[in-house]
Amino acid sequence: MNNFSYIQADKAKEATAAKRDDKSAAFIAGGTTLLDLMKLNVENHGQLIDVNMLPFRGIEMTKDGLRIGALERMSEVGAHPLVKENFPAVSESLLLAASAQLRNMASIGGNVLQRTRCGYFRDTAFPCNKREPGTGCPALEGDNRNLAILGTSETCIATSYPGDLAVALIALDAVLTLENAKGKQRQVPITKFYLLPGTTPQRETVLEADELIVAVTIPQTAAARKSKYLKVRDRSSYAYALVSAAVGLEVQGGTVRAARVALGAVGAQPWRCFEVEKALVGQPATEATFRAAAELALRGAKPREHNAYKIEMAKNTLVRALSEVASV
Amino acid sequence: MPGPTTPAPLNPDGSRRTFMKQAGGFLGLALAPPFLSQAERLTALSKKVEGVSTISLKVNGTVRAIRAEPRVTLLDALREYLDLTGSKKGCDHGQCGACTVLVDGRRVNSCLTLAVMSQGKEITTIEGLAKEGGELHPMQAAFLKHDGFQCGYCTPGQIMSAVACVQEGHAGSEAEVREWMSGNLCRCSAYPNITAAILEAKGQMG
Repeated sequence: MNNFSYIQADKAKEATAAKRDDKSAAFIAGGTTLLDLMKLNVENHGQLIDVNMLPFRGIEMTKDGLRIGALERMSEVGAHPLVKENFPAVSESLLLAASAQLRNMASIGGNVLQRTRCGYFRDTAFPCNKREPGTGCPALEGDNRNLAILGTSETCIATSYPGDLAVALIALDAVLTLENAKGKQRQVPITKFYLLPGTTPQRETVLEADELIVAVTIPQTAAARKSKYLKVRDRSSYAYALVSAAVGLEVQGGTVRAARVALGAVGAQPWRCFEVEKALVGQPATEATFRAAAELALRGAKPREHNAYKIEMAKNTLVRALSEVASV
Repeated sequence: MPGPTTPAPLNPDGSRRTFMKQAGGFLGLALAPPFLSQAERLTALSKKVEGVSTISLKVNGTVRAIRAEPRVTLLDALREYLDLTGSKKGCDHGQCGACTVLVDGRRVNSCLTLAVMSQGKEITTIEGLAKEGGELHPMQAAFLKHDGFQCGYCTPGQIMSAVACVQEGHAGSEAEVREWMSGNLCRCSAYPNITAAILEAKGQMG
């Protein structure tokens, strides 16, 4: 790990201004992604700005939904009664992620900024367009078993966000609150937060250099209350998803009134499935409906040599997740 | 990585570790300043730390100071500066759990924690579990009784994680223990015995 200077900010402006004034700086909260990547020399920062003393905490119901301070830790949010009761998919996505130790450390704001687990990105001996733009992508013809089949480009096929929480947040229309060095806040729906790789895979989100995520707000809906996160992986615990699904259904009299569907680990970014949702609404909540709708999710998928299995796995994951929430 | 890691001459007993223990102990005592409380920490450290500085850590109830760069992890501070080699370095990337310690009662991976950010917090390592006089913590005794290890390298991390697992209320059943202990890998695969030890110790932890 390269050496760096450390500053403990006790005001938001102090943190965001320090970040604005030093291109090599990074915020640190839990540090679980950042220090991992710095030890690999994938990220090198001249300054770390500790934001843990900033007042972006708390889990409370507001008129816009559940507001979660960005510095809350995964373990607290996953176990919180308001989250479990109103947003089961969010709770499950948190508690099925990582390990108990990492969940105690990792913040909500940092979680949505996790970076890809693509082996070529993480190993500086290889070229990587995301890490060093223009150097190439060995994953196209290489080990791509865990990589994306939707939203990719010829420059990058990484599942840019490898985690779980953002999949649930995308399904449930969460909104991120960002604050910049002028002290100004803006709201960004998480469906518009992530960027597809295109020709610039190094740009992963719309976050500006001086912006800090300060809160996540999840609107309360009937579908969110009846939601689920289903994670399929190589090991039964402590592994990244091969495929995951976050779904929510509002069913009245056996008919789907509202649906929220997103897939994880198949898209270049967490993948909201609007077409699947449209196909579900107004239909009987049966496995046949779910099966037909799931087909739509994978339209346009571009598998590579080792990840075509994700197409069937994603469809089956969706059908199972939808069937389970429909029967609750 | 700074710290007393340059090859040291062997002691008469042939042990480099003995040398490092003496060196580390001496350094720790010589440099210990008054401990900063959490409230004081805000103002005292709300400034840039560059290069080597004094870092005060409260480990197992005792405040000790080291001189280290901000990039030094809590794990390296414990092992290389404070001579507490019970916490193990396995992967150094938060994947194996061998470095697990408690910070303010919560289990964390000390390899992904910066020492400079651990000031003002209560750190508990495997060395702090047994009572003075050597009576083992119930979890340590249960690991012995159930043979919860083979090579022993993951054991300090397993035990620290297990203590937290019970305290969190996540040791209600074998399945729950396995899920909530999944952040601690054992390449000898002593998992059934580790699980049995945790379930037994749960009944003995007050």
